[in-house]
Amino acid sequence: MADYKALEDLVVQVRRDILRQVHKVNSGHPGGSLGCTEFFVALYNELMERNESFTMDGIGEDLFFLSNGHISPVFYSVLARAGYFPVEELNTFRLLNSRLQGHPTTHEGLPGIRIASGSLGQGISVSIGAALAKKLNRDKHIIYTLCGDGELQEGQNWEAIMYAAGNNVDNLIVTVDLNGQQIDGSTNNVLPMGNVKAKFEAFGWEVMDIEKGNDLKAIVTGMQKAKEKTGNGKPVCVLLHTVMGNGVDFMMHTHDWHGKAPNDQQLETALSQNPVTLGDY
Amino acid sequence: MKKYTDTGKKDTRSGFGDGLTELGRKNKDVVALCADLTGSLKMDEFKENHPERFFQIGIAEANMIGIAAGLTIGGKIPFTGTFANFSTGRVYDQIRQSVAYSGKNVKICASHAGITLGEDGATHQILEDIGLMKMLPGMTVINTCDYNQTKAATIAIADYEGPVYLRFGRPKVANFTPADQNFQIGKALQLQEGTDVTIIATGHLVWEALQAAETLNQNGITADVINIHTIKPLDDEAILKSVKKTGCVVTAEEHNFLGGLGESVARVLSTNHPAPQEFIATQDTFGESGTPEQLMDKYGLNASAIVNAVKKVIARK
Ligand SMILES: Cc1ncc(C[n+]2csc(CCOP(=O)(O)OP(=O)(O)O)c2C)c(N)n1
Ligand SMILES: [Mg+2]
Repeated sequence: MADYKALEDLVVQVRRDILRQVHKVNSGHPGGSLGCTEFFVALYNELMERNESFTMDGIGEDLFFLSNGHISPVFYSVLARAGYFPVEELNTFRLLNSRLQGHPTTHEGLPGIRIASGSLGQGISVSIGAALAKKLNRDKHIIYTLCGDGELQEGQNWEAIMYAAGNNVDNLIVTVDLNGQQIDGSTNNVLPMGNVKAKFEAFGWEVMDIEKGNDLKAIVTGMQKAKEKTGNGKPVCVLLHTVMGNGVDFMMHTHDWHGKAPNDQQLETALSQNPVTLGDY
Repeated sequence: MKKYTDTGKKDTRSGFGDGLTELGRKNKDVVALCADLTGSLKMDEFKENHPERFFQIGIAEANMIGIAAGLTIGGKIPFTGTFANFSTGRVYDQIRQSVAYSGKNVKICASHAGITLGEDGATHQILEDIGLMKMLPGMTVINTCDYNQTKAATIAIADYEGPVYLRFGRPKVANFTPADQNFQIGKALQLQEGTDVTIIATGHLVWEALQAAETLNQNGITADVINIHTIKPLDDEAILKSVKKTGCVVTAEEHNFLGGLGESVARVLSTNHPAPQEFIATQDTFGESGTPEQLMDKYGLNASAIVNAVKKVIARK
């Protein structure tokens, strides 16, 4: 049984990390990061089977790929707090010579990162490749992927979605951050996506919803169910219904904070809504 | 002069296919991906021998590049196969981010490169791919000249760790390099020794360069003929050594003069040893339908064009 108190404390601390990272360099993407904080915390601390030390090949462990690379602040914070690199390094986010580039990359050798992302739409393909490698290696572990909902507008996703179902890539769980927002506005305004669930199902995927995508218990139980659905011939899609900017009242339910950092005043307000738990870096 | 004989016309893509077949037997980590062009890329035998290591991706090249990148995570050595146009321009951002910037060990194998693709015309005849690929940091770019060299290169790149673009073609052309050659990435091959001019050629133009050198020799002009199969990393040393001796150079390639081998050579010369240079290449144009020979003739990519360029460049010394 998960220690939800500990996970909740971590969620609050990760929110602080996200806000402080983007505030310091006055750039980066807090909205999507905050919306996916509970998911990342649950994934890395409750759901994935991970090896102690990082190797690129990740043989014998579950792997995670972030397709929507712009939400790097949450990824970096959760990786650091899971022990992949020192939390103090979060201080270097987006600075010259940092391993914590604006978008995640393998190029600077940051442990925990296995592919560069940032140009949207490529992560599901990469994840399929990694899933196929697991099968060739007779490695029973799972590939987890996160992508944005707006990101699904990129055509390459649908090539990948068709391929995965057509080739029974069933050791793959793709989670869609269904926050209904993207840069220019709501997904409905920018390019209505219709029924995403029906689309995945029509392509032959096993699809499930996690309606409370910012609730740790709902995420843990939902993702455990998703895991049970792997190995049955179909790739699995989880539609994670999240609120962009979750945990900071003035950032919620809007696309405004997709890629904008808070000013000093706003940071103070945001942090006061999320008091220190584990300690700031 | 050294004598080179055509042991029988063969397509370079078959060199790739046969190299891949051999790799399949030798290296269990080699996997192959194709986007609905298995026959054209001569990948059928690999597919038959190793169905579990062959991935038919369908007509979805972006997805193919991404899957190839993912397969390296877990130790596989993926070889992707499609036409040069769909191997590069179609998927530039995928190669850039998921392969080159991510430093993945993917071998992008591209057939039907250049104008000798023939009748299908300009939509399929990419003349910009060398430029696109050589501009990517960390990408190795190889353009082979005949069947034997293509086969040897295919086998050699599996042992090299890092992204590679391997470019070859459709038509049957002279097969004149040794069947048992030891292919060394980045190492230029000196095919003829001369003192009046250096001819640096890649791909299908290497055979033409040899023909040109023979004609020139009959006219009392001796040429260094250098086969550059690896455009990046370029063998600067071999180029400089030769041009310091001859004092001028003609570069020859089945590619646009912008972004190709010629420009790479010009950079080496201008920064080390400036010398007159003439470019045998397409002149910033698209291709068109026709037979390979007709097209090479119309676009000035053959032995006689090289001979004329040599006369011109020697006059500029
Ligand atoms: C190929 C590509 N096109 C455009 C962009 C610019 N861009 C970055 S994030 C984004 C919106 C993504 O929307 P979504 O996936 O819903 O993420 P969210 O805004 O919810 O975090 C865009 C258009 C990009 N990074 N990559
Ligand atoms: Mg969104």
